[in-house]
Amino acid sequence: MATTSQPTERTAPDPFSAYQIQSAYDEMFRSPGRPRSHYRPLYSRLLSLRPDELRRSKHEADLSFFNQGITFTVYGRSEGTERIFPHDLLPRIISSSEWEVIERGLTQRITALNLFLKDVYHERRILHDRVIPGEIIYTCKHFRRQMRGVKIPRDVYVSVCGTDLIRLPDGRFVVLEDNLRVPSGVSYMLTSRKVMKQIFPLLFRKCGVRPIEQYSQALLSTLRSLAPEGRSSPTIVLLTPGVYNSAYFEHTYLARQMGIELVEGRDLVVHDNYVYMRTTSGLQRVDVIYRRVDDDFLDPLAFRPDSALGAAGLFNAYRAGNVVLANALGNGVADDKAIYAYVPAIIRYYLGEDPVLDNVETFLMTDDVQRRHVVDNLEKFVVKAVGESGGYGMLIGPHSSSEQRAQFRERILADPRNYIAQPTLSLSTAPCFIDDEHIEPRHVDLRPYVLYGEKVTIVPGGLTRVALRKGSLVVNSSQGGGSKDTWVLQG
Amino acid sequence: MLSRVADSLYWMSRYFERADHCARVLEANYNLMLNPSKPSREQRWQRITAALGLSVQLSSPDPQTNVIRLIGEPRLPSSIVACVTSARENASQVREQISSEMWERLNQLYHEVTQSSMQLRDDSEPLRLISVFREGTYRFQGVTDSTMNHGEGWHFIQVGKYMERACGLSALLDAQFSTSVGADHLDWVGLLTSCSAFEAYCKVYTAELNPSAIAEFLLLYPDFPYTVRYSAEQMHRALLSLANISAARKASIIERIIGKLQSSLAYTQIDEILVRDLHPFLAGVIEQCHRVHAAIHEVYIEYPVESVFEA
Repeated sequence: MATTSQPTERTAPDPFSAYQIQSAYDEMFRSPGRPRSHYRPLYSRLLSLRPDELRRSKHEADLSFFNQGITFTVYGRSEGTERIFPHDLLPRIISSSEWEVIERGLTQRITALNLFLKDVYHERRILHDRVIPGEIIYTCKHFRRQMRGVKIPRDVYVSVCGTDLIRLPDGRFVVLEDNLRVPSGVSYMLTSRKVMKQIFPLLFRKCGVRPIEQYSQALLSTLRSLAPEGRSSPTIVLLTPGVYNSAYFEHTYLARQMGIELVEGRDLVVHDNYVYMRTTSGLQRVDVIYRRVDDDFLDPLAFRPDSALGAAGLFNAYRAGNVVLANALGNGVADDKAIYAYVPAIIRYYLGEDPVLDNVETFLMTDDVQRRHVVDNLEKFVVKAVGESGGYGMLIGPHSSSEQRAQFRERILADPRNYIAQPTLSLSTAPCFIDDEHIEPRHVDLRPYVLYGEKVTIVPGGLTRVALRKGSLVVNSSQGGGSKDTWVLQG
Repeated sequence: MLSRVADSLYWMSRYFERADHCARVLEANYNLMLNPSKPSREQRWQRITAALGLSVQLSSPDPQTNVIRLIGEPRLPSSIVACVTSARENASQVREQISSEMWERLNQLYHEVTQSSMQLRDDSEPLRLISVFREGTYRFQGVTDSTMNHGEGWHFIQVGKYMERACGLSALLDAQFSTSVGADHLDWVGLLTSCSAFEAYCKVYTAELNPSAIAEFLLLYPDFPYTVRYSAEQMHRALLSLANISAARKASIIERIIGKLQSSLAYTQIDEILVRDLHPFLAGVIEQCHRVHAAIHEVYIEYPVESVFEA
């Protein structure tokens, strides 16, 4: 079919006819029919497309994801169900000046959090100076006593971080969550970019989208920069929990992109505090492990004895400095949701600067006054368990039943340290192609990926997660969320 | 190459060959049972289960039921579904090591077999499914040979394939010859077809089906892919390449066993074997294959860590 028709014969209905801007900040529109300047090329392109063309593009994209086997596993069902990662066709666009702020804020944040982790596991100045109550550190279930005094290469604890940002109605980006342990999702960012380039080549050229394809290379350099001293050509591996892990696709993808070996715990052998992998030509020494296995499971001798995912003796080899783990052990103490409330103070304490990116207002359930206020008004709050992620263990007040609220009230009162509350925020909305029909606004967040080795590297982009269900605020893929390609424009 | 990866490739290949073996045997015998003949159906089923290395007896005398179970019963070891599932499971552990074409073929085959084996009611369905499956195995083999580096991983695949084939053929020959009293012409045709060898045999010996010639062909003929000797030679070649690539110090253990096996197949004549009965010879072949398998495991996969640090 020829598609050389002139854009003038537009008898088709406006794809935006069902687009209703709500009280949330809309990424695309300033007001109905008036797109923000950095969205204009996309807007006019969409108006020039017939609905079936958009549909065709959507199917093309879906097929491409399907063929590449880009799937994730949903837990909580028998034997883990594999699903194609839901993907929305329309890119989320960020202007260069907006990105500049994000970049500065994230760099500041990762720098401060690294200093914090080093301090917590060494001198504990911040506790002596009473900026943070010691109790909150020692009651954190991700605090690792074993890490006290352990020397880390370059003092880099967080070498890979995925920070969740949301945009408030006034247009400011704020940090919702730091993921400093084993953040995932970067493969979706990379693969969806590849698909989008096939579908919107013209738009790419017109908009000036900054590239993100260098991520794998940057990750590899970051890992290499952490190698133990004297190991000039270090062996770097990616440690995966195995095929049944929800992010297994990402592990294979990154290993292949970096050209490093994908290993499981049973491939590793520790001897005399050195780590080796078992190959057909004998044992080969391993220097840096990009581990995608949680702290608890890394070494049955040091942590959970029933773990079969790690390697016995790994922690001792790590402590001896013969192998490097990225991320470091014990990082969970810095992304605990109760400690999150102190991050602005942490930034001021170590850097003497005001935070570039603010936090979301957070109520600590350990504080009597704050707790009483929250428990009495649960329907207004989002309550989160401090150590959980992925949208599990969460109460969204406005969308909850009175039963659920009663349940959470009880849980909070029983274990206040385990919960925090935040006001229900209206995440910004971005246009999505819904039901193969029209374009509607849906809530989105943004997870850029920050790398820290010799220096801080942030590829311009990230994973935009979108709550595809109408009105929903939950963007996690395990809870009906999807993703969008994220375009950061050149200045 | 990681030992675990080598192990998965080896087993993927073995299970795949096992499924193919099952399909060939079933196809040939299913056709056979359509004819009235001297050996009873029970005898034939006994022979089939022995050829597939099944320790359980199939309960039903009805060939249709049995064939359907051997195709589609996941809990029956050696059934096509069980083997393809295991092959796929092994492949999924090393998805980044095999070519995407291989994974796609294997995945497709798995879905075809699992889905259609649920509904094998129709009379002609089992045969049709077997032929779809066999077509798929040829494609998988072709894709494996043409889309993957012929390096270490590929050699492990070769070892697995020919190891399984040598064992399968030996078990099949043993089952056939130990029950050959009263076997008729069709039984011998069935044996050759089970090895895709009817036409190849005829080219060498003409269509005169003589048991000792058949034994000679399937056991000792060097130039046909479904013979024990050919399998042993391929295995030997692949193992030599592996020894060169990995420079494993103890690869000579493997070389000694496989070299012996290969020469006994190359230099023994069928008369010598038949004088003493075929069974002990075939049992010896299988036993040596098991020793090669154990040695591969010890040298490449699960070697004791201490042995490495002694050096």
